[in-house]
Amino acid sequence: MTTNGWLQILFFLFVVLALTKPLGVFMTRVFNREKTFLDPVLRPIEKLLYRLTGVDETREMRWTEYGAAMLIFSGVTMALTYLIERVQNRLPLNPQKLAAVAPDLAFNTAASFTTNTNWQAYVPETTMSYLTQMAALAYHNFISAATGIALAIAVVRGIARREKDTLGNYWVDMTRATLWVLLPACIVGSLFLVSQGVPQNFKPYTTAQLVDPQTVQITGADGKATTQVVREQTIAQGPTASQEVIKEFGTNGGGFFNANSSHPFENPTPLTNFFELVLIFAIGSGLTYTLGQMTGSPRHGWAVWCAMAILFLIGVTATYSAEARGNPLVQTTANHLQPIGNMEGKEVRFGIANSALWAVVTTDTSCGAVNSMHDSYTPLGGMIPLINMLLGEVIFGGVGSGLYGIIVFIILSVFIAGLMVGRTPEYLGKKVEAFDVKMAMLTVLIYPLFVLGFTGISVLAPKFGLSSLANAGPHGLSEIFYAYAEAGANNGSAFAGLNANTLWYNSTIGATTLFGRFFMVIPVLAIAGSLACKKHVPESAGTFPVTTPLFTGLLISVVLIVGALTFFPALSLGPILEHLLMYAGKVF
Amino acid sequence: MTVYPKKSRSIWDAEIASRAVWDSFAKLNPRTLMKNPVMFVVEIGAALLTIQLVRNQLHHATGFAFEFQITIWLWFTVLFANFAEAMAEGRGKAQADTLRKARTETIAHKLKADGTTEEIPGSKLRSGDVVVVSAGEFIPGDGEVIEGVASVDESAITGESAPVIRESGGDRSAVTGGTRVLSDEIKVRITSNPGETFLDRMIKMVEGASRQKTPNEIALNILLAGLTIIFLLATATLQPMAIYSGAPQSPFVLWSLLVCLIPTTIGGLLSAIGIAGIDRVIQRNVMAMSGRAVEAAGDVDTLLLDKTGTITLGNRQATELIPAPGVTDGELADAAQLASLADETPEGRSIVVLAKEKYGLRGRPLSSLEATFIPFSATTRMSGVDFGGRVIRKGAPDAIKKYLTERGGTVPVQVGEMVQLVASSGATPLLVAVDNRVLGTVRLKDIVKGGMRERFDHLRAMGIRTVMITGDNHLTAAAIAQEAGVDDFLAEAKPEDKLALIRQEQAKGKLVAMTGDGTNDAPALAQADVGLAMNAGTQAAKEAGNMVDLDSNPTKLIEVVEIGKQMLITRGALTTFSVANDVAKYFAIIPAMFAGAFPVLQALNIMALKTPQSAILSAVIFNALIIVALVPLALRGVRYRPMGAEALLRWNLLVYGLGGIVAPFIGIKFIDMIITSLHWA
Amino acid sequence: MKKNFMIAIRMTIATTLLLGVVYPFVVTGLAQVLFPKQANGELITVNGKIVGSRLIGQPFSSPGYFRPRPSAAGTGYDAGNSGGSNLGPTNKTLIDRVNGDVQKLQAENPAMPVPMDLVTTSGSGLDPHISPEAAAFQVPRVARERSMTENDVRALIAKHTEGRQFGFLGEPRVNVLELNLDLDAVHPLH
Repeated sequence: MTTNGWLQILFFLFVVLALTKPLGVFMTRVFNREKTFLDPVLRPIEKLLYRLTGVDETREMRWTEYGAAMLIFSGVTMALTYLIERVQNRLPLNPQKLAAVAPDLAFNTAASFTTNTNWQAYVPETTMSYLTQMAALAYHNFISAATGIALAIAVVRGIARREKDTLGNYWVDMTRATLWVLLPACIVGSLFLVSQGVPQNFKPYTTAQLVDPQTVQITGADGKATTQVVREQTIAQGPTASQEVIKEFGTNGGGFFNANSSHPFENPTPLTNFFELVLIFAIGSGLTYTLGQMTGSPRHGWAVWCAMAILFLIGVTATYSAEARGNPLVQTTANHLQPIGNMEGKEVRFGIANSALWAVVTTDTSCGAVNSMHDSYTPLGGMIPLINMLLGEVIFGGVGSGLYGIIVFIILSVFIAGLMVGRTPEYLGKKVEAFDVKMAMLTVLIYPLFVLGFTGISVLAPKFGLSSLANAGPHGLSEIFYAYAEAGANNGSAFAGLNANTLWYNSTIGATTLFGRFFMVIPVLAIAGSLACKKHVPESAGTFPVTTPLFTGLLISVVLIVGALTFFPALSLGPILEHLLMYAGKVF
Repeated sequence: MTVYPKKSRSIWDAEIASRAVWDSFAKLNPRTLMKNPVMFVVEIGAALLTIQLVRNQLHHATGFAFEFQITIWLWFTVLFANFAEAMAEGRGKAQADTLRKARTETIAHKLKADGTTEEIPGSKLRSGDVVVVSAGEFIPGDGEVIEGVASVDESAITGESAPVIRESGGDRSAVTGGTRVLSDEIKVRITSNPGETFLDRMIKMVEGASRQKTPNEIALNILLAGLTIIFLLATATLQPMAIYSGAPQSPFVLWSLLVCLIPTTIGGLLSAIGIAGIDRVIQRNVMAMSGRAVEAAGDVDTLLLDKTGTITLGNRQATELIPAPGVTDGELADAAQLASLADETPEGRSIVVLAKEKYGLRGRPLSSLEATFIPFSATTRMSGVDFGGRVIRKGAPDAIKKYLTERGGTVPVQVGEMVQLVASSGATPLLVAVDNRVLGTVRLKDIVKGGMRERFDHLRAMGIRTVMITGDNHLTAAAIAQEAGVDDFLAEAKPEDKLALIRQEQAKGKLVAMTGDGTNDAPALAQADVGLAMNAGTQAAKEAGNMVDLDSNPTKLIEVVEIGKQMLITRGALTTFSVANDVAKYFAIIPAMFAGAFPVLQALNIMALKTPQSAILSAVIFNALIIVALVPLALRGVRYRPMGAEALLRWNLLVYGLGGIVAPFIGIKFIDMIITSLHWA
Repeated sequence: MKKNFMIAIRMTIATTLLLGVVYPFVVTGLAQVLFPKQANGELITVNGKIVGSRLIGQPFSSPGYFRPRPSAAGTGYDAGNSGGSNLGPTNKTLIDRVNGDVQKLQAENPAMPVPMDLVTTSGSGLDPHISPEAAAFQVPRVARERSMTENDVRALIAKHTEGRQFGFLGEPRVNVLELNLDLDAVHPLH
């Protein structure tokens, strides 16, 4: 680890901190339908949208209707995405003449983009046309993010409202999240990215003449190696910047290129890297302030922010130190003289610090974009991203999903420890009762059910489970575990050595993303609906404090203990065992 | 906190404990155990492993000693949890037995329409029947005295041996079945049907037969069931991963892991905590109609307390004699004492005492004096004595004024001012006059009970607001409120004002508790979230409240609040402890499971447990023993300290959270050392 | 329910047009006007021929060129098929490859320790950069092959070395393609 590395990490956190309040205040205004400086431009567009689609913007919805509207919309948009993928060969903007996407892959991709997961079991450059990328995939980057924000706002309203049974209007919240929060920043941000070198065009792929033609060995389908001279380089192009910006800002993570944000076209410089990192945390961080402001307790918002920031710093420290330490199996004197750590799968321009930082940021949130390959991380360095997802991505988290995820943890913390102040536990004046605990437990339960369940089946199945592995030994277990962990958490990053483009993985991972999103959202909305109806209990000296460092510490412990206790056995056979074996000099 | 030694039993009372041991086996019945998901899972595991053990024996498999011990300890885990519950119930049962003795069949003299009585068994009485009860007889059922006055021995219910007076009309008309009339004869209208009497309900309550889970207990049960499912998942899916890693595990090891992870500590003690909480309320002679009411008491935000009897001693006392100009202290004291000699009211007696203590005047024997005593009457509002030609009177200032005016006397201005001053300080002024001359003022003061200020400070720290309710005027009320340290007061309160205040607080989302005894308190008692009725009060009040204090001591409400809080804290603390324990158990079991296949995993064996088998066994034994070790805590409740939520939480998190992480590391290591030295594993 | 279903269909169409078509076209239009070079991949043209992109790495194996990092993209630096090796830290293939490369490189320049980035693949397989140490490591070979003085080569490296952005962001790096093109321009191979 270097001083400069830490300087970058702390500067990053500082910028996120500085953005939190302005963004939080802005979002509060947007969702309270107060005036903002963007109204003159956006209000007419908003009204036009409502007129075209038949939305009554004054109508309030109960939690059931809110959830139903969200589910229906997700279903319809997912169907359209599937359709576009399946017929992309007959649609325009396909200069590379790419074929239609296969059904299981098309399902997996549609499910994963609808759920803000953006897992990619395909190589975009050779699979998806420009139109599919824009109108199906980047489109979902907006919609799934806007839906996440809308859901978070609905939950916050549930806490803030008193004896009311409605949570707002899904269509209005989703539309306002898109128009006010996402779109303007994306237009500005994508132009900034272009200025730094991110392509934005509809051109066919460019062919360049290699300066130094290469003789390469190619293993054919028959297994025979043939020698071939490569004289050209095909350089993929396309409308990259417009997708790149929403991919980070909406914590989606679906790369325009296979190498995602490690690709020099997606992330050409340390500055773009920094900018993209900030985009990933921005909304999740801002929403903590919105939570505080809308519920009338900004200090609570900050207490939650601090819990997240501390968890973030713990993760960064662990990953950065593990990666900086490098791989003891690599016998190079360079390890001693040039301590630049484990560079396998990392880019020179980012180095260890920015790669480790990104790995933690992308898994703290549900982003899943990568600027280095997690599969090649040291066991402990790669375990942190895995744990971040297993904790439910509540460290700033996915846009919206991070906030409602942490609220579930808060409810559990308040319930367990709240009893210890000798009162029926209450959260910001709302009593936490059996129904709320039941729903919170349901969300906590669903995740390990699918993640551990499918992992268990996959590791027992040599034919469809283990045949996809690129690495043997404990690392193989980690690869499969990581795949379902990211799917359930709607992350989309990968231990990419696993060949997930098979019928088994496409369908189970696709299903896990759907369960991980919607089975989670429904109980959370139910909690919001239940809280909204409740009376407000005024605060007193006997009230469980949710604004203090003690609360922050408690929340951190509950997040860590619930996550660690559930997954410690699996982790101990995966990364922990691999770490110990690596230092014992064992390879697989 | 008042202690009631006559009713408290030691936690490990031999009689109760031996009965509990047998009950723990009876409770193994899966149908009963199913209500406790955590323990039910342990029982299933124990049963399956027993079958497996037998099958392994038939196949002459090795490893019997270890597997046998694991199985036995799983059974112990269930038994220990049952034992905890049985212990809690046992204390109630012992109490119920005593109460049942009071329910022995009585003969009732039922009054017939023609005025004659007929003898029928007490258990045949219906609500509405009227019975005649004479001295020496048991009152056959709950009811209201409609005629007569009698002294009644209520010790069967309250444990208090001093007899109490019960009379028709007013607020002391309620009688309870099973109590005995000591003197006189009363007519009682029965108000309950067979099987529904107060005594019946009380027996059910202490036995826990009618125990329903409280809302927080239900929520906690859901949490525990959820955690159980999560750990079930974690353990079940560990086997495939273990097979992948080439280290498949035996069912004995997997069940050990599962049982150690699921929250057996709190799962085993949860119902005991609830039962013991109610038991503690009962030991303070408070009859709660439901556990819900006790739990609600812990949530109370506002306490409405009647001034008289709760905050102040029931009676005012003379604290000062203030002579009028030109009158000596001795003169006034002498007159005041003479006027009060025949006054048997506590106020009157306090004047005699004050005169004696402060002015050295001994009480004179009444018989030796040629005196005519004038008793207090409601019309004159004065009392006094005609003695040696002197006419001495004392009474309320306006009464004395009127009396003097009639006799051509006046009240000096200075005395009038003094009367004003005394009243505004929260005390009650009396005037003393001899013939037609005013000698001075007596200050009668409400005496705030000792320790009330500290109590209210504690309540404030707990976030509870206290409101004093009094019929006094605003000035007096304010002064007493100030002295007692309550947060607010309601002066010149009528019963309907009380009700309005409760509604107003509840509208703000607050939970309100109050005490009451009169019939006119009934609506407010019913409206309050926690209503503590006085046993000496009317039947209507007792029906309206959700708790009855058998000692009729209104201050008890504060204790009930503390017990309610203590119950919740105990649950939270043991849940936290239970979950925190898992950290150490993982470090014991996981390396033990896989160190055979991967010796490098010994690095996780940070407790340096001897062998894999001793490690697993130690964790399982610790897990079982900790239940027994915490039984006293569950029964007694976590020590409650009245302080702010933040401080309380910090302390409890430190003790039960951090302690819960550290304790099992020490405990498991210790057990490991013992069993390896005993060569059990 | 039916009402929401109809809204969902209309909303899908409307937002797909707005976000999936209008938005990228507007951004593309603006980008092409404002930043025409960057928006099209920063291509480098030599003698009218496109020889690559400034941002995309290219394979070099001839001893007279600075070599980039090993690449796992396709057959190496396949810019139509980006990606890393995805080999785990205890993977025998990875360890054998790295340790083999270390030995080979050490033989080529025994005077300096082998820089880590020269023996590890990048995440994208298209990393255009190597560390200044990795460039310095290759100086003797390139100078020898091109018959240049080592100091001249070092001067060229210095010219193509980018420091940390704003002095603290990222890592110092050398653009291999630009360095090699400059080498060819200044001191062509025979």
